[in-house]
Amino acid sequence: MNIFVCIKQVPDTETKVTPNSSGTYIETNSIKWIMNPYDEFAVEQSLLIKAAKPEANVTVIRVGGSKDTEALRTAMAMGADEAILIEASDNLDSYMTAKALKGAIEKTGKKPDLILTGKQAIDDDCLQVPQLLAQMLGLPSVSVVVGFELAGNDLTLRREIEGGTIEIYKLQSPCLVACNKGLNTPRYASLPGIMKAKKKPLTTYKLSDVGVADADMRIKYSAFSLPPEKPAGKKMDAMDAAKQNEVVKKVVGLLRTEAKVI
Amino acid sequence: MLNFELTQEQKEIKEMALKFAKQEMQPKATEHDQSAKFPIDIFKKAWELGLLNTCIPSEFGGNGFSVVDGTLITECLAYGCMGMNTSIMSNDLALLPIVIGGSKEQKEKFLRPFTESYKIASFCLTEPSNGSDAAGIKTLIKETPDGYIINGEKMWITNAGFADLFVVYCTIDPKLKHKGICAVVIEKGTPGIEIGKAEKKMGHRCSDTRGLRFNNVKIAKNHLLGNLGDGWKIAMKTLDHSRPLIASSAIGGAQCAYEHSIKYAKERIQFDVPIARHQAIQFMIANMAMKIEAARLLTQRAAWMLDHGIKNTEFASMAKAFAADSCMEITTDAVQIFGGYGYSVEYPVEKLMRDAKLIQIYEGTSQIQRMVVAREVLS
Amino acid sequence: MAKILVFTELNGEHAKGVALEILGKLNGHNVDCVCIGKTPKTAIEEMAKNGASNVFSLQSTGLQNYSAEGYAAALKEIIQKNNYDYVFAGSTSVGKDLFPRLAGTLNCGMASEVTNFLFEGDKFLGTRPLFAGKCYAKVEILGPKPHFVTVRPNALGMNAAAKAGTGAATDVSVNVGDIKAIVKEVVKGASEKLDLTEANIIVSGGRAMKNAENFKILNELADVIGATVGASRAAVDSGFAPHSMQVGQTGKTVSPALYIACGISGAIQHLAGMRTSKVIVAINTDPDAPIFTKADYGIVGDLFQIVPLLTAEFKNLLLK
Repeated sequence: MNIFVCIKQVPDTETKVTPNSSGTYIETNSIKWIMNPYDEFAVEQSLLIKAAKPEANVTVIRVGGSKDTEALRTAMAMGADEAILIEASDNLDSYMTAKALKGAIEKTGKKPDLILTGKQAIDDDCLQVPQLLAQMLGLPSVSVVVGFELAGNDLTLRREIEGGTIEIYKLQSPCLVACNKGLNTPRYASLPGIMKAKKKPLTTYKLSDVGVADADMRIKYSAFSLPPEKPAGKKMDAMDAAKQNEVVKKVVGLLRTEAKVI
Repeated sequence: MLNFELTQEQKEIKEMALKFAKQEMQPKATEHDQSAKFPIDIFKKAWELGLLNTCIPSEFGGNGFSVVDGTLITECLAYGCMGMNTSIMSNDLALLPIVIGGSKEQKEKFLRPFTESYKIASFCLTEPSNGSDAAGIKTLIKETPDGYIINGEKMWITNAGFADLFVVYCTIDPKLKHKGICAVVIEKGTPGIEIGKAEKKMGHRCSDTRGLRFNNVKIAKNHLLGNLGDGWKIAMKTLDHSRPLIASSAIGGAQCAYEHSIKYAKERIQFDVPIARHQAIQFMIANMAMKIEAARLLTQRAAWMLDHGIKNTEFASMAKAFAADSCMEITTDAVQIFGGYGYSVEYPVEKLMRDAKLIQIYEGTSQIQRMVVAREVLS
Repeated sequence: MAKILVFTELNGEHAKGVALEILGKLNGHNVDCVCIGKTPKTAIEEMAKNGASNVFSLQSTGLQNYSAEGYAAALKEIIQKNNYDYVFAGSTSVGKDLFPRLAGTLNCGMASEVTNFLFEGDKFLGTRPLFAGKCYAKVEILGPKPHFVTVRPNALGMNAAAKAGTGAATDVSVNVGDIKAIVKEVVKGASEKLDLTEANIIVSGGRAMKNAENFKILNELADVIGATVGASRAAVDSGFAPHSMQVGQTGKTVSPALYIACGISGAIQHLAGMRTSKVIVAINTDPDAPIFTKADYGIVGDLFQIVPLLTAEFKNLLLK
């Protein structure tokens, strides 16, 4: 069974984002990069399958900058068998990213039985790559998956939609599954795992190696800017029980007369 | 060649250990500090991930970490909780005498089980009447035709209530001082081991600390490390290795206090500005930064020397004293920056201050370290 | 004037609000709407009122339940038949799942989750948040037409002055072919309320809620003001609330008219997820909690005392 896990490296959620001086992207010099949190669920799911099916082979693929390869190494330290890095800028658009992933999967010569991804990357928040990649490979896909069962080639997937409602899908592999938080608990990369990962193969490609050209660009960003700062609000002290009623009355009143939201 | 950059692998080790500290240890630190309960589940999980027993060589099933690697891991774990780290690090301290003074057979016998399942070891040197004056220990070893008999009392033994294995220092005759000291391994369940009640402590409250008595405890010949009288040599070499680890734990605790201080100083408003804009606070934070960086460099140097086969006694003591004293100063200032809130158990820094104090005391007080440094420098 | 198609989802008899917001914003262009299945009269009228010229209802076997493949195949047919320049949808569960696949079938570009846009002649220029709203950027779509856009609910607002369109309703028969991944069953969530991403009012609880049971007081407040209840990451990680309720960078990004944060200190990843709320009320015992820097109205106090008082006061106000 060939499992491909597509991951992204993103700035840590604690990162304070600052636009770069030309406004074309954010300042990336002092950023701490982490594996996209949703992708950790995808990696874990592949390893749970591998634990049940030892013959399964897990290849983890990432498109992005080559300066740090931590996300790929972490995935291998967690237990993935090999890794592929497609060198590109960290803010390549979704269409080019999906096309690059497709090219890399095809280059391995292995027919994918299952492709796992996170439901979205927390940097550009586009939520496009999983569906685009599935479409390009002619595979069905299910996104925002919080439940996963595999029996033979039969998959039962639970997709979360509005209001916590669950859609249950039944389908057969090959397919693409985009994972959400709640699907599993990602394991830590163990220290022996980190040592072993050193010896696992990491193949590097350029975008042109996997059939992606400048003409494939579909999205252009400009004028990165910080959201406007709100003017300071009103802060009222209600630690004292005597003041509570008065403060609550005042706030409710302001919500109606000043903010006009009630 | 001077290079301050960690290897890729070391960065990953550090990253992973810090993640574990932040996600598994830190959220439980307050609870275990208050209940003084030994967090064995957390230790088991840490063991599964390879965070324990960093001193065991790869030929006996260990991960083959360098001393520098060990300091990186220890710093991260102490960042999560100094108390929990003490119980984790205590395994290394107890196993090091076997790594240093044991035969191949002894290493196979005593070390390998620690790589196969989670086990706990205790290092037993201190006695009720002998702390800093370690060579004055009174626990006796007597040779018999088929082994040895141990008699005596130990004090402040970390992990004693849970230990699978005790590494015990004893003497042929107290009058021989250094020359009479021996190191032996005693396994749990050996008749005659009497385990005392858990001590109630100011800090490191979740680590288990007890007194111990050995009443005619019989051990086989192959439980003696080296020869009779080799104990002091083994103990000193153990300390050369363990002191950089202890220093790292002080740096981890200090780093934690430092980060809390920065965050709080940026949030807390007094005189209409965040207190981080006041010079008095800035100076305290700058001092913290300087001390942490200096302590870390000194510690990594002491560890690096050992990795390169260079005698590091002087540097190990400098690192231990400087890091422990810095940790005490930094955690005290952290409480100061937090003001009234800092003194409250609702906020995390008072625990750090209580935990810091022990690092100036155990494994050779800050004063003993200065004696070692002075002896080396003046010799 | 661009030729535009708006994919409209239905909510019972009604068109989903986000589609009407989009229609209102597109006033002045040549805009059609498309729905899957039979479109109720009320919904058609709502679309017409907000400017729809045509309302197409696509019908085929295989469209009874949602599937990205089926919906994409159906929409592709009508898009190619009528040569649209742009195709819009709300960034809902369906919109997010369907539109990338649809754009992919035509090898076309798509801008996700825009919060505002304008047209320079026929050229779309969007604004969208990135990094969960920690920053914004202008977005243009390149390459072959049509171009696809999803719009975040509640971001545009309704256009009260929208010029009505003819709203000519046409049923269109399409052929969606073979579908591999299709919904077999739906398990309703506990909440009948609007999803956080669509909610107009949100009441959120943080770690200070102490346990799951205490969320009861937030539910009571929410019932009175018609709000959806959310939670901070700290509360979710502590097991007080399910992940579907999480607001923030690794949860949902929301922009309601009113956001009431109860016992939430305001970690950077939480602020990122809710800072675009129009009005923010924060309740916290710590006067220095970062949440107060984003709050329009901050109450320094104990949520367990303040929230019930708020509930009572709102009840009082709304019953008048």
